[in-house]
Amino acid sequence: MKEYAYFPGCSLEKMASSYHMSAMETTKKLGIKLKEIEDWNCCGATTYFYIDELLAYTLCARNLAIAEKTGLDIVAPCSACYKNMFFTAAHLKKDADLAEHINFALEEDDLHFNGNVNVKHLIDVFAKDIGPDELKSKVTKPLEGIRIAPYYGCQIVRPQKEKEDVEQPQFFEEMLSALGATPVNYPLKMRCCGGSLIISSRTAALTMVRNLLQSAVDAQATVIATACPMCQVNLEVYQQQVNLEFGTNFSVPVLYFTQLVGLALGVSQKKLGIGKEFVSLAPSLLRVGQE
Amino acid sequence: MTDTITFSQEISNIFQAAEGEPLTTCIQCGTCSGTCPVAGYMDNSPRQIIALINLGMKDQVLESNTFWYCASCYHCTVRCPQEINITELMYALKRYSIWKSRYKEGLIGPTFSEAFVKMIVRGGRSFEPVLAPSYIFSFKMREFLQEIQGATELMLKGRLPILPAKIKRLDNFRRMIGRIIPMGGLE
Repeated sequence: MKEYAYFPGCSLEKMASSYHMSAMETTKKLGIKLKEIEDWNCCGATTYFYIDELLAYTLCARNLAIAEKTGLDIVAPCSACYKNMFFTAAHLKKDADLAEHINFALEEDDLHFNGNVNVKHLIDVFAKDIGPDELKSKVTKPLEGIRIAPYYGCQIVRPQKEKEDVEQPQFFEEMLSALGATPVNYPLKMRCCGGSLIISSRTAALTMVRNLLQSAVDAQATVIATACPMCQVNLEVYQQQVNLEFGTNFSVPVLYFTQLVGLALGVSQKKLGIGKEFVSLAPSLLRVGQE
Repeated sequence: MTDTITFSQEISNIFQAAEGEPLTTCIQCGTCSGTCPVAGYMDNSPRQIIALINLGMKDQVLESNTFWYCASCYHCTVRCPQEINITELMYALKRYSIWKSRYKEGLIGPTFSEAFVKMIVRGGRSFEPVLAPSYIFSFKMREFLQEIQGATELMLKGRLPILPAKIKRLDNFRRMIGRIIPMGGLE
């Protein structure tokens, strides 16, 4: 059984508990074990880097050092946690002075980061480690005829990590096709959801969300798939505020990709945390996974 | 000979681990501004901010809302033909303006960020409800009511925590932070 060190991140404890539930259920079904790392702390989100960069790296390094002890690759389901941990690991590997300074701080918690850990986003586990072929072979309830907008957002693909395609990636589409669904092509799949601007610059963020929803609806998507708790909240929880602000009438369900994978693998809606949304499921999805 | 450094050098020096090219290599092509999903809300577009920095116009830069409107989506960064790490520049400007306590009036970003950091220092994990006071009173009445309604619904759906989550080795964690920054200002 393949194992990963799992870093859920703060959002998955409550706000995005359905992402956590569906991640656990689907990986179990696919013969993968996500072992939550002990006593993890907040990754610092984006805000920590607004105040102090060194401290932000230290917070991430603590989690990396804890994960490193397990000898497993670390997996984060949240795009911000993933990006922060990925680049912290990369900087510390490259910059010995930075690593020394931060390891001095980590001593207070009897930890040391040697730079031997691979950081992955949860979607990499499904789209790359498992891959569409194996995923397809496990599907028992194909999502036939369901038009899904794959929403990449920002920090899964940006900044560039190696030489991967940052303009027109296809791994999300391939995964949705493997589930039997129809991935829709829409121009804003790589645009930002606004992130924490929803708090600090609300009108700007609501406009960004409106544009994204419109783009997905124009492409006749009946559901949007996300891989980040922040994107899910902005696109879904704030949808009614977009409607109030702009006089629109959006009613697009926004599910975590793990929930869609779970439905196709025959996991019940309840176990996938479906029912915690503000926008209820599209009629085409309602029947899949009902007990 | 003089020891003074230009504003552009000063800003470039606070990209601690940035690997991008120096700001002075900017060719003013405007790809960043054309790509940025928030540019329409900024006083100065990303391209303009880089020009102002390179011209040493510190006051205009610090009075601009530009970097506080950056959502950190890195779209400009992956497209910049000169490989300037523009998003990290926006982070650096945020830090610079907080250190100098100089930012445009009426922005929520600076107080929200400080509240966020204090929350993490206190418990090690995020607990959304304690953040609300740092921004909610800046909202207009209509937005305020929408936010309360949203929060109530989240609560009913079981999506808001009631009690703050704390890590176990909090003492070690706080001493670890103390080795990086003096804690006085964060208590």
